[in-house]
Amino acid sequence: MNSDLIVFIVLAIVSIATAMGMVFSRNAVYSALFLVLNFVTVAVFYLLLGAPFIAMSQITVYGGAIMVLFLFVIMLLGAESLAPSKALPWQRPLAFTLALVLVVESVYLIVSRAQPNLGITAPDASLNTMDSLRQMAMELFSKYLLPFEVTSILLLVAMVGAIVLTKQEKNGRES
Amino acid sequence: MNTVPVDYYVILSAVLFTIGAMGVLIRRNPLIIFMSIELMLNAANLVFVAYASVFQSFSGQIFVFFVIAVAAAEVAVGLALIVQIFKAKKNINVDELNSLKG
Amino acid sequence: MHLSESISSGFFFLAPWLVFAPVTGLLINLIFSKSFKFSENMVGAVASLASGAAFIVSALLAYSVSLNHGEAVSVPFAQWIHIGTLQLDWTFRVDSLSTTMMLVVSGVGTLIHIYAIGYMHEDVRFKHEEGRFTRFFLFLNLFIAAMMILVSGDSYMMLFVGWEGVGLCSFLLIGFWFEMDTLARPSWANSNAAKKAFITNRVGDFGFLIAGFLMFWYLGNSFQFDKVFEAAKTAPPEIIVAITLFMLIGVAGKSAQIPLYIWLPDAMAGPTPVSALIHAATMVTAGVYLVTRSAPLYTLVPQAQYIVAMVGAGTALFAATIAVGQYDIKKVLAYSTISQLGFMVAAVGMGAYVAGMFHLITHAFFKALLFLSAGSVILGLERGHHAHAHHAAHDDNGKKKKEGKKKEEHGNHDDHGGVEHGETFDPGDMRNMGGMRKTMPVTFWLYMIGTLALAGIFPFAGFWSKDEILLDASLHFSSVYWQLTIAAFFTAFYMGRQIWMVFFGEARTDAAKHAQESPKVMTLPLVVLAVLSVVGGALNLPFEGFHNLTHWLSHTLGEVEGLPLNVPVAGISTGLALLAILISWFIYGRNPLKVNQPDPLKKPLGFIFTGMENKWFVDEGYFAVIINPFKKISAFLADVIDWRFWHDFVHDTVILGTYNWLSEIALNEYADQKGIDAFANWLGDATQSVSATLRKLQNGFVRSYALSVLLGVVLILGYLIFK
Repeated sequence: MNSDLIVFIVLAIVSIATAMGMVFSRNAVYSALFLVLNFVTVAVFYLLLGAPFIAMSQITVYGGAIMVLFLFVIMLLGAESLAPSKALPWQRPLAFTLALVLVVESVYLIVSRAQPNLGITAPDASLNTMDSLRQMAMELFSKYLLPFEVTSILLLVAMVGAIVLTKQEKNGRES
Repeated sequence: MNTVPVDYYVILSAVLFTIGAMGVLIRRNPLIIFMSIELMLNAANLVFVAYASVFQSFSGQIFVFFVIAVAAAEVAVGLALIVQIFKAKKNINVDELNSLKG
Repeated sequence: MHLSESISSGFFFLAPWLVFAPVTGLLINLIFSKSFKFSENMVGAVASLASGAAFIVSALLAYSVSLNHGEAVSVPFAQWIHIGTLQLDWTFRVDSLSTTMMLVVSGVGTLIHIYAIGYMHEDVRFKHEEGRFTRFFLFLNLFIAAMMILVSGDSYMMLFVGWEGVGLCSFLLIGFWFEMDTLARPSWANSNAAKKAFITNRVGDFGFLIAGFLMFWYLGNSFQFDKVFEAAKTAPPEIIVAITLFMLIGVAGKSAQIPLYIWLPDAMAGPTPVSALIHAATMVTAGVYLVTRSAPLYTLVPQAQYIVAMVGAGTALFAATIAVGQYDIKKVLAYSTISQLGFMVAAVGMGAYVAGMFHLITHAFFKALLFLSAGSVILGLERGHHAHAHHAAHDDNGKKKKEGKKKEEHGNHDDHGGVEHGETFDPGDMRNMGGMRKTMPVTFWLYMIGTLALAGIFPFAGFWSKDEILLDASLHFSSVYWQLTIAAFFTAFYMGRQIWMVFFGEARTDAAKHAQESPKVMTLPLVVLAVLSVVGGALNLPFEGFHNLTHWLSHTLGEVEGLPLNVPVAGISTGLALLAILISWFIYGRNPLKVNQPDPLKKPLGFIFTGMENKWFVDEGYFAVIINPFKKISAFLADVIDWRFWHDFVHDTVILGTYNWLSEIALNEYADQKGIDAFANWLGDATQSVSATLRKLQNGFVRSYALSVLLGVVLILGYLIFK
């Protein structure tokens, strides 16, 4: 057993546990908090995979901004938990079964097409973070310049859309 | 050798993705459904980054970067929609929102 | 044919104008007469000029033929029908025979056109309708055009086109006053006469057509004269006999021979110029022309020739006897025409083609003269009738006013005629005439010339032509000779009877007393015809160095020896004719007929005269033997077969019933309601229930939709694993 593998297994167990916690928590606030924990473990994975910039983005954007927004909305709407519903009684067992089948299938596919010689070594402390970040920035602003700009427009549109959707009419009439 | 086979990451990603999908299917709270979708996106991102690391290429990371940006935009609009729906219906249970049934 | 060099010398290129000239006149009158308000004289002048132009073309063509040493020339004009081996063209044949016919047709035709301008205006049936007057001349020009096609065609089919064309014109002109009878009383008599002529001619045309079919099958797949004649030389004789005899049926129809002559007397219902032009001078001679044109066929089969000659001779004698017993001035001439046509047919049947054509020409002159003079007599009597009636009605108004009023009285002639005389006055009945040589001197002398020419008195035209026929008959067929001689005797007798009854003695009616001479426009053409009747014999004088017509026609008909004058034959016929006139003077001239006195022959001859008077009851016989059984069969077919069996039983019961059963029970109940309807309904129901089931899938729950997506993913992955 190498140390990387031990770290991976521990982190994997944590991420799966938090994901399950997110899905099965009765209280939506707990769910959100579980998800934050999950995002953080994924960010650690990114660090292990040698992608520090993505790891930081994951923590600031996902774990920070997005999850704050979620918590804010949950609390704004008072939607911590919902009243029990009798609709779709067969949905839950069917979903479990299908999810199980899906996991089995995908694991089977991955194992049957296993690439054991493709391994990942975690970068050590000597890695020049700025180096890799520079390289990535060069690529992002040269090869992927147009998608980058389009993404900025997308964010602008999303911002305008969110404002328009939630805006209160002055004369009291809801839009 | 301190290596972890890339297949492990892929399997982890598949498991996380399936948990997310299950969340979408079994929860009635649209906020949690939304969070499950975020989880699925994360699972996908994890594979991107894993392979980017294997092949020493930045394209995978850049894709993840874009996914995060798009997810941010999606969350902004999606949560605004949920707020609006709640204002209109005084309820956000997705099982109550079946006026499109045949 | 030597087309190129022949056409370059002469006027052969004018040949199509034989037809175009009258057609042009027709079109001018048809299109412009109404819009430019042509006067009656203008219409007549256009028509006469058109006919005259055709005469000039004919003369130029004849001149060209003589320049060409009588060689036949074909003038191609247009393609007609080219199917397989059938090659029909519009080709004009210009040779001595066709130019002779052209000259007769257009020459006599033009004179009759001019005469008709005067005649039609005064016809008792003419009510001053401009359209009617124009229509008459349209028909006349159409007739000239059709006749020209007939005589100038280069093939039997082109001849047949003309043949049918003249038949149509004959029908149209006999029925010209279709809504009245000859005395202008409302009746269908005239149209019935026209139909009789047309249908009788159909019987003949049927024979002609069969002859044509046989000809096409057995004689070289062609209708062109030269090719047919060439092929006939090697064809089996029985085929030629069949062709010639079927052709004889056509000849009998068109040229009024036994047994199809019956239409010609009724055809006198047409206006008198029509009787003269179509039913005496030109159209009825088409049959004679046809036999003459087919001379190479008839020469091959003597047995057919004999039958033709016997038919002609029989007709000549038979019709002559009927003419003796007729009272109507035109009917006498009609039977005389039939009889004279019998002479011609007998002549061409005997192979004496030149004699037949010679008689055809002279007969055209003197019979046209006689008919037109008869028309003049009828109109003169009509005028006298009017003048007298008017005089009686307006005695105190004085004579001067009479002239002015005459015109308007024209219209209601019937009324005052009926009131004053108790019955309609018939201006054509010879019993209403008498003593007209004093009131109509010009017409009298013209009529005398025509009569002497017809009777065959030396030196008039009829003497020479009739004598030539008799001479040929005496040499070849003694039975034909005797029949023709007796017919010639009767001819002279009935013409004498007519002269004495019409022009001599005392006037038997007031109308005859007041008869007035005809205007110059009518008498001048008659004078021309009279001159031709006198000198027409010069065409073919039977003396050494003459025989002009014989030489002329020999270019077409082959070399024929011109016969010298045979004094015994000529003497016998002339003697018999003079004797007949003398007998007629004894019976009709010495003691002129009194008013209401029966015919003096009635008593001594008894039932024989009754037979003559009633045309030997041939019409009645045809009615009894053919027409009435035919009507009965028609009635049987119409009522029993067509109506009761075919309509009531087959249509109404069987077919309609079957359809009703099919539609009501089989189709409606089983096929439609229980089959198609049920299936369609089932389809609709099935669709409804399926969609009612399927719509439950659309339960509106987003999560279940997501579940189906996941299901899809699972299934696709499963497929990828297990494929």
